Parts: sequence; C-alpha cells; structure tokens
Amino acid sequence: MKKILLVFAVAVLYILHQDFWFWRTAHPLVFGFVPIGLFYHGCYSIAASLVMWLLVKFAWPSNLEREVEQQISEEEANA
Amino acid sequence: MIPAIVVFVYLAVVLYIGIFAFRHVKGKEQAEGFFLANRSIGPFVFLFSLFGTNMTAFAILGSSGHAFTNGIVTFGLMASSSGLVIPLTIFLIGTRVWALGKKHGFMTPVQMFRDRWECSHIGTLISFVQAALLVPYIIIGIMGGGTTLNAVSGGLVPYWFGGAIVALVVMGYVFFGGMRGTAWVNTFQTALFLIFGAAALVVIGVGMGGYRTAAQQMLASPALAPLLTRERISPLYFFSYTFIPLSAIAFPHILIFTLTAGKMAHFKKTVILYPLCIMAVWLPCVFLGVMANRVTDVPQIRAKQEARRVLATQGKTMTPEARDQLREQSAADDVILQLLDRYAPLWLAGLLGAGIMAAVMASDSQILALSTMFTKDVFAFYGGKERFGETVQVQAGRLFIVIITIIAYLVALRAPETIFELAIQYAFSGYAALSPLLIGALFWKGSTKWGALAVTVWVIATVVAVAVFQSVVPAPAPGPAVVIWSLGGTEVLSRTPGGTAVFGFMPVVPMVLGSALLMFVVSLVTAKPAATTIARYFGGPKSLERADAH
Repeated sequence: MKKILLVFAVAVLYILHQDFWFWRTAHPLVFGFVPIGLFYHGCYSIAASLVMWLLVKFAWPSNLEREVEQQISEEEANA
Repeated sequence: MIPAIVVFVYLAVVLYIGIFAFRHVKGKEQAEGFFLANRSIGPFVFLFSLFGTNMTAFAILGSSGHAFTNGIVTFGLMASSSGLVIPLTIFLIGTRVWALGKKHGFMTPVQMFRDRWECSHIGTLISFVQAALLVPYIIIGIMGGGTTLNAVSGGLVPYWFGGAIVALVVMGYVFFGGMRGTAWVNTFQTALFLIFGAAALVVIGVGMGGYRTAAQQMLASPALAPLLTRERISPLYFFSYTFIPLSAIAFPHILIFTLTAGKMAHFKKTVILYPLCIMAVWLPCVFLGVMANRVTDVPQIRAKQEARRVLATQGKTMTPEARDQLREQSAADDVILQLLDRYAPLWLAGLLGAGIMAAVMASDSQILALSTMFTKDVFAFYGGKERFGETVQVQAGRLFIVIITIIAYLVALRAPETIFELAIQYAFSGYAALSPLLIGALFWKGSTKWGALAVTVWVIATVVAVAVFQSVVPAPAPGPAVVIWSLGGTEVLSRTPGGTAVFGFMPVVPMVLGSALLMFVVSLVTAKPAATTIARYFGGPKSLERADAH
C-alpha cells in the first residue's frame, strides 16, 4: 500500500509539471517581479524534493545495502 | 584585466586541488583508485560533485541564453523537469548500479551490460556509441573556456590561448588526480557557482534599478511581455522535454560517478537535495536571462534583440543562409557575461567569471569517463590488462586523457561552435533513448543482448536521421512549423524553427518509446542469458551462492 501511494505521488507530480493553467499569463507577479509561471515551477522543485524525501524514507532499497555489506563481511572473514 | 587575473588565480586553485591535494592518497596507481577514487567518496562531495558534473557550460550559459530568447519557459523545460526525473533515476537506477559495482567490481556501464547479457562485441558497440555522443561536450568545454577567458580579459587573452590554458588545466588535474581530484574540483566549482549565482542576481538587480521596475516595463512592452509567460511554446513541446532528463543517468560519466560512493546511504542526501540544487542554480540564470531583455544600454544585447526582431518580422522572405546568420547574431549564450560586464564591479566580475568558468570546465569528468571506458571496455577487455598488468592499465588511461584533450583542442580551434552545440542537442536525445538499456538490464529478467543491440542500432539510426533531416531541410522563420509529411490530416513530420517535430512531439519522445519497444519485443523472441547469470542480478546473495555452486 505504501509503495502504491508513493508511485501515485510521483505520477501526480509528473502530471503537475504540465501546468496549462498558468500558460498564457504572467499575473500575479509574486513579490512584485516573479511571473506566476516561474514561481510555480520554483515551488514544483521544492515539492519534488519533498517527494524524494518520502521515497528515501519509505522505499529505500535497504536489501541492496544488506547484500553488499554481507558480501564485504564474508570477504573479510575469508581473508 | 582584473577579472582575467581573478580567473587565472581560480585556475591555479583548481589545479592545486586536483593535482596536489591528494598526492599522498593510497592506491591511486591502481585502476579502482585512479578511476573510482577507491569507491570511497563521502556524502557531501558525492552530492556536490554529481550535481556539478551535470552542470555543464550548456546548463549555465545556455540556460540564460535560452531564457533571453524564449522567456521563463526555460526553467520548466530544463530545470524543474530535471528536478523530478534525475533524482528519481539516481534513486532507482544509481543505487542498483552502485550495489552491482560493489558486488561484481564493475567500473563502466558496458562492463555490467557484458556480464548481464553475456555479450562481448555488442558491448563494444554500446561503448563506441556512448563515446561518440560524449566527445562534443569536451570540445564545447574547451571552446567555452577560450570564449570566457577572451571575454573576461576584454580580448587581451586570445581565444586559442584561453582554450589551450583551460585544456591544459583540465588535463592536468584529471591526469594526476584521477577521480578523486576531479570530484574535489567539481565540489569546489559547484560551491562557487551556487554562491556566485546568488551574488550575480543581487548585484545585477541593484544595477538595473530593481527587478520590480524591470518586470513592469517588460509587461508593458508587447514584444517582451510574452517572455514572462509560456505562450510561445506548445504544450506538447513542453511535455516532450520531460523525456530529456532520462539522459542524465545514461551518461557514462554520471553512471560511473555513482560507483564512487563510499556507502549507499550517501545517495540519500543527493536524491533529496538535487531538486533544490537545480533550483538554486537555474532560477537566477533563467531570471537574469529574461530580465536582460530590459537592458537598453548594452550595444551587444541591443544587437541580439534587433537580429531577433528582423528574423521574426522578415524571416519568411529571407534565404535559409540569411536566417541562419541572424540566428547566430541573436544567439545569447554570452548574455550573463554581458550583464556582469555592465553591472558588476571589476573584482566581482572576476569572481563571477570564475564561477562561469567552473561550469565551462565540467568537461573534466567526461574526459575521465572516456578514459575509464577506453581502459576497461577496450584495453582491458581485449587483453591489455592481462598482457601488461594493472599499472600499465592506469598509464594507458592517462595517455588516453592526453590524446583526447589534444584532439579536442585542435578540433575546437578549427570547427565552428554551432556544429557542436547541435551535436549536444542530438546527444541529449541519444542518451535518453539509451536509458531502456539500463532499465532492461536492472529490472527485467527477460531482457537479452539482442534487445540491447536493437536499442543501440535504433539510437544510431534515429540520431543520424534527425541530423540529416535538419541539415537537408532548413529551419523556417519563427512561427508555424513547416509540415513535411502528413497522413490523413495528421502532421507526422515537421521542421520547426528550433528543430524537428514528430506528431507534434520532439524527436526524443519517439526515440525513447521506440527504444523501449525494441528492447521488449526483440528480447521476447531471443534467447535469454543463462539462469546462473540472471540469478546473480535478481536472486540475492543466496541465489548467488547457488549460482556459483553450479
């Protein structure tokens, strides 16, 4: 279930990249000089970072890490 | 001359870091030590160096130039899409490649492909295609170095000399410092352009009299207001660009760099912070590129705007050659340099020039990657290591670094830059279309070497086809695309002012989908590798023991 939710979050973020709703307007100018389309994609970058944090927190491939550590300790024991 | 002196000091610091800072490190005469820093890079250097490796001259100078011409869309096209796709591929693919590298000792992607699919010459072909797509970056890096030194010295340092200095500095620290020297130089460079990107934003903003006024003036101008929206770019084109960042993990220098992490946990910070680093570098570059349109007292910027205006209003009645000439005049890759020259005090312009130089010199990791590929995929694979030994293997890699740098420099002196800028555009699509090789190898037991061969041949064919098409059919004037082939009222193939469209998409979309389809279909109907081989990749340690026992 956790993995399905994470896949869903990534898919939603991918779709949100196509922000057709701000396509033809510069308004409002955030802080008086940043066009809304640029501000949106700045916020999008922050959202991408948050989703990456969720992936690292809840879907980290720790099995790969364990396999490598196990092999290293076996090699050290053999040596 | 002060900015040029600052840049020269910067080059000396870089040379020191790359060559001398690690001269006592153990094992650097072994292949793992020289090419992979003994797989022991720490988390901070791993993040900054991986990010810096991706931030080429194209990313820094090209982004502001693209934004100058196309507006704020540049950030969504190239930065925020990369902020999602690149860390995602590092998370999914980079971590797996790292683990396999640790377990089986791989140092290049092709070593892994050869082992995974039990192939030899197909691996050589993949290595050749990867190298061919990488060389233009090295040439562009040397060209960028020559241009930047020439610009910051006010013409006192000639282009050929500037290019030679940059080539020598890069060659020096890659030759002596290997991966560890290159990684630390990249870390230093990334810190520089993160700091100076922000400094440039503030200094130029103050010089222009504040961004609020500039933004209002642009909105009031019918010619400039569209640059603050995305109305000049079609949504399909915008969507297509989300396929381009797939190229990042397929670049050999990026994938080889993922093998250098000391622990898999080092990937965590990189994956999480990568989108923020991209934002920190690209947002100032794109914003400054857009705002440069409001600068009216810099003749070079005015000339670019005038060329753009003539192209837009009279382009349709001009010859293709005249249009190309105007395009060259309106090219704005030096727009950040022009802004610094106009608004930054001399000493700061020097520091900012050093920051730009840092981006230009990102070709170091590409040179090292080519050397690693030559040494492991060709020299060692065809018996060189067994015949001559480990130390000669590293010396062969070093000799290759010298040869490739000299060739790149000689080519940079003689060939026009635009050819290699185009080649880089093809390279992005080519590498993106190679990404199904990695996905097939790492995630699908059923993938085969024949599927890999089909993908590689497809990539060669499509990159050549797009290049030939764009050279045969001249680019139209700004405005609607020229339809070359339509089927039942649907536009199949069009020539756009900036490139090619297939069903309205950039060529990268059919290239990637075609690669994925070929990998799937050809693998389905061809013989799989031995079960023992597949077990080593998908079965975990117990299966590995079983496989070895058989």
